[in-house]
Amino acid sequence: MAGLTIRNLSKTFGEFDALKDVSITVNPGEFLAVLGPSGCGKTTLLRMIAGFEHVTSGEIDIAGQVVSQPGKQVPPNERRIGIVFQNYALWPHMTVAENIGYSLRVAKVEAPEIKRRVDDALALVNLDGMGDRSPANLSGGQRQRVALARCLVAEPKLVLFDEPLANLDVHLRASMEDEFAAFHERTGTTIVYITHDQAEAMALADRIAVMDHGKLMQLDTPQTIYHRPANEMVASFISQGMVMPVTVTGAESDGYCDAMLLGQPIRLNCTPGDGPRDGAKICCRAEHVRIAQADSDGIDGHIKRVVYQGGTARIEFVPDADPETSILFDQPDPQPFTIGNRARIQLTGGWLIPAQSAD
Amino acid sequence: MQLIARGGQGQSMALTTMIFAIIVLFSLLPMIRLLQEVILPGGTFSVEAIRSGLGDPVVWRATWNTIVVGLGGTVVAVAMGVVVSIIVTLTNIRMTQTLILFFVTPLMIAPQVTALAWLQLFGPSSAFLNALGLAPPLGTPNPLYSAGGIIALLGIQYAPLVFLILRAGLRKLPRELVEASQAGGAGPFRVIGTIVLPLMTPSIVGAAALTFVSCVGNFGIPAFLGIPANYLVLPTLIFQRLAGGGPAVLSEVAYLSALIGVLAMAGIVLQDYISRRRDFRITTTSLPIDRYNLGIWRLPMEAAMWMLIAVILVLPMCGLVLTSLVRGYGVALNADTVTLENYSFILFEHSAARRAFVNSLMLSITAAVFAVFVAVPIGYLITWGKQRWIRWLNFAIELPYALPGVVLAIASLLLFLKPIPVLGIQIYNTVWIILFAYLARFLVLAIRPTVSGYTQLDRTLEEAAEIAGASLFMRLRTIIFPLVAPAAMAGGLLIFMTALSELTVSALLWSSGSETIGVVIFSFEQGGDSKYASALSAVIVAVTFLIMLGVNSFSDKLPDGVLPWRD
Repeated sequence: MAGLTIRNLSKTFGEFDALKDVSITVNPGEFLAVLGPSGCGKTTLLRMIAGFEHVTSGEIDIAGQVVSQPGKQVPPNERRIGIVFQNYALWPHMTVAENIGYSLRVAKVEAPEIKRRVDDALALVNLDGMGDRSPANLSGGQRQRVALARCLVAEPKLVLFDEPLANLDVHLRASMEDEFAAFHERTGTTIVYITHDQAEAMALADRIAVMDHGKLMQLDTPQTIYHRPANEMVASFISQGMVMPVTVTGAESDGYCDAMLLGQPIRLNCTPGDGPRDGAKICCRAEHVRIAQADSDGIDGHIKRVVYQGGTARIEFVPDADPETSILFDQPDPQPFTIGNRARIQLTGGWLIPAQSAD
Repeated sequence: MQLIARGGQGQSMALTTMIFAIIVLFSLLPMIRLLQEVILPGGTFSVEAIRSGLGDPVVWRATWNTIVVGLGGTVVAVAMGVVVSIIVTLTNIRMTQTLILFFVTPLMIAPQVTALAWLQLFGPSSAFLNALGLAPPLGTPNPLYSAGGIIALLGIQYAPLVFLILRAGLRKLPRELVEASQAGGAGPFRVIGTIVLPLMTPSIVGAAALTFVSCVGNFGIPAFLGIPANYLVLPTLIFQRLAGGGPAVLSEVAYLSALIGVLAMAGIVLQDYISRRRDFRITTTSLPIDRYNLGIWRLPMEAAMWMLIAVILVLPMCGLVLTSLVRGYGVALNADTVTLENYSFILFEHSAARRAFVNSLMLSITAAVFAVFVAVPIGYLITWGKQRWIRWLNFAIELPYALPGVVLAIASLLLFLKPIPVLGIQIYNTVWIILFAYLARFLVLAIRPTVSGYTQLDRTLEEAAEIAGASLFMRLRTIIFPLVAPAAMAGGLLIFMTALSELTVSALLWSSGSETIGVVIFSFEQGGDSKYASALSAVIVAVTFLIMLGVNSFSDKLPDGVLPWRD
């Protein structure tokens, strides 16, 4: 039985298609990150899982139970899920303990039992003894923890995180990431984590669903998403992948195939059965780029830009063979280039983006 | 697979049904009944009422007078409101909050009290002028018994309305627009003339339309100033005809009240037309404008502002209080003649006045409490509802307040002249018909601040409760009500203050035993007992002002824009 199953889900607002035919299965206890640029439909997806939006077509199951179908909606308050909101959504007229105990109060749990469970939840998020505080007197990180405690006290079947770190500063983010990971490990709850920050998604998720323009682009482990992006969007969105046209010269064998890139032969990773075809593109990352020795083969070109990033510099290289293309790579201090320098580089590998099915 | 049971839809349906029933009862039903009486009296189509109305020269004169005082009052109010709001908002004069509180007070005082106070200030029996030895000889008419007097007082009564609307607009004006003009070399007057005022056109036009509607529907001021001079406007004509003819003339006055409705609507439509043609929507949000440094002119400007407050508020109130302290008409006020008898008379001896206190308190408290509890769910639907008919909902709630009170009073009379069908209860000639009209008329006064409270509330607070398993009623009770209650209650207080000394509606609906404070003040003045009317008015003004100050003291806890006299 799956923790969450989304089947052929679509959502239109008037003329606008917010979600198009999205299908995702999340296993019980799995941590799924939904990653995408703003406007990709990830928030709509979350609101539909939560039950705030009706589905246009398709179906949503939570723990084996249909909760959303066209014309049939289990209201959010009967879905037994938890949400950690981006702005925490703590009720300002209640104390921390009242915030956390609210769902138990709604479920008519006895007062002593509520107190015990609230205290446990507070201890779990390291806020012991803060139950009487007002949310207004807490720091951002503490508020986030209260929101987390409020969500876990009801022991939901599924927890949704809506960009929970977007309002925190960089230092706090790292420590909250650790806390989310610990939370997941402790509770074993199924988690759907909405974010636009790929570092967050990579750090936390068992699998990542990359979305764009309302469509699911790829659903895979972070490693697969990084090394074997399913299409150009994923390739360029994740870690600033460079997408370049390539001529495939040989058919796949053992997961590799031969190709020509900017006049140089290159050996590429690829999917089984791939081979020579029109419009083939590869995805390279900065770590595939190496400065060639003067006497060895390589791609000639010049340096267009040097951006110092503290400890390393990001170099933008333009090959003579194709002045429209930029190749980015990092050089540690002290790096030898200035703008306009001639240079020769080698590409040590890359990923042949699979042929796209027409749609 | 089976969908689990759904209780939430039922509650949502129940809420929608309740709100729908309230709207039908308090807004649609009275308006439809009125229209029916005008077009289909007795159930058949007839233009008889309209024809006889058209042929009546008195109606024509009253209509003309209504337009004259409506436009005149609007011009005075707009001129005063615009000047004061620009000075208070755009210059660095001090004590602006206090100034605003005092400038807005006339709006909170019932029109008939304003009228009464001014009458005391000027007439031959003026305790104030007599104390100074400046009073005109006894027997000469009070100069305020004229169209000019009505226009001046309407202007003073509604200048705060213009002021508040324009000030809200000015505070939203992005400072960059002004700074760009200054950078282009424009001085203060040029900036105001070429940037500020043109951008404020929609606010000013909107305020002017609202003022016009208020002036046209005003009863208290033309009743006190116009009836003695036989200068009738439509609301006072309706009052006189109804007082003379009773329910028999209902059909005729229904036509007259529809006429006022048409005039009011004309104002609103014209405003809509003008603001459509000059659409200067301000899209950016920014810091408010830097206030101009007046330099050495600051003190004179402040003095001028406080002089204005003295003239429009302090002097008339002094007139009121002085009259309430004299023993009789024309008696000069000095240490020997001063008395508190009038107060003890109206508070302890006069039985109608005592009843009126009880009635008005009951009416205004009930109307306020009802409105607070209804405003929370209605505001919820207006702000967060997704249904298409929400726009109409808002319109239907605004209607009874947008239309002059006379219109609603006549509609209520028509609706309840006969016993309520099925139930057989007769509320005509009881205090309950006044309550009905108050509930209908003042509901929107609580809904507006509540809606602005909702818009400042983060919806995720409700969604978090929904996720926690709370049903709609549970969320309304434990999350939403506590969070918007301050805004709704501020609205409730506005209703309380307005209803406490209300006259327009109750003058047409009262009966012996169901007098309101407004009616008793009016009766005293009509019977020549200005001293009692003044004493009663002074009490009401004091109560109103104390409430304003009281609410001020917890204004920190209220959402922005909930109290009209606070930013």
